[in-house]
Amino acid sequence: MSLTKAEKTIILSMWAKVSTQADAIGTQALERLFASYPQTKTYFPHFDLRPGSAHLRTHGAKVAAALGDAVKSIDNIAGALSKLSEMHAYVLRVDSLLSHCLLVTVASHFPADFTADAHTAWDKFLSIVSCVLTEKYR
Amino acid sequence: MGFLSAEEKGLVNGLWSKVNVDEVGGEALGRLLVVYPWTQRFFQSFGDLSSADAIMGNSKVKAHGKKVLNSFSDGLKNIDDLKGAFAKLSELHCDKLHVDPENFRLLGNVLVCVLAHHFGHEFNPQVQAAFQKVVAGVASALAHKYH
Repeated sequence: MSLTKAEKTIILSMWAKVSTQADAIGTQALERLFASYPQTKTYFPHFDLRPGSAHLRTHGAKVAAALGDAVKSIDNIAGALSKLSEMHAYVLRVDSLLSHCLLVTVASHFPADFTADAHTAWDKFLSIVSCVLTEKYR
Repeated sequence: MGFLSAEEKGLVNGLWSKVNVDEVGGEALGRLLVVYPWTQRFFQSFGDLSSADAIMGNSKVKAHGKKVLNSFSDGLKNIDDLKGAFAKLSELHCDKLHVDPENFRLLGNVLVCVLAHHFGHEFNPQVQAAFQKVVAGVASALAHKYH
């Protein structure tokens, strides 16, 4: 699966808006993840996961930064995120659950931009990011 | 406690009372067909599905989406017995329509995205969590009679 030219254009132009609130979006996606899928909290026993916590905000910012790196290297996402793939080698399904929560967060923040085509572009982009993260599982 | 806590029922019903079920149904089904094009295989008789605009504007897609979501809405009224509420539809989707239940999970998540799109910040993490339980329950109920 790869992004079409049109889809890349959508991601790049939406990212320009997303990046102005990147940390908040990364953080909210994590809040949504932990609320909807409590099993994902098992990977963060050492974190304070209450909404608004410093841990959540710091990790949310990291998630957002990683997505930003992927967008900047949209033609070589695997290259941009290869280090992350090693770090996430054991998290089960978190990639697809977090992708869904990122999609929901973007949808709720950008009503005018989240058209059916944008929904497709983001879903594909996040799926590619997920694939890269899980590529080194075994 | 039944399937949802009293608080979760409140969150779900509170939001659902503001949903234009007909419109959201068309939107959700349309987006399913756009975002996951392999689902179009079940709707070959629906006419022009050649682009996102064609799909989202397609009157048969809207009509069917309306039907699907009204059925979902009825299910919400029987939230503590979703398996019972969707038993007949489960048999239909297995025996006559031959739909892989994975598609119900996809549609459920598309519906969640549509609700987030419509309601913005009101569709907060707690509301989403309650709806994720509902769509998972409906998908599971629809798969329950498969054999």
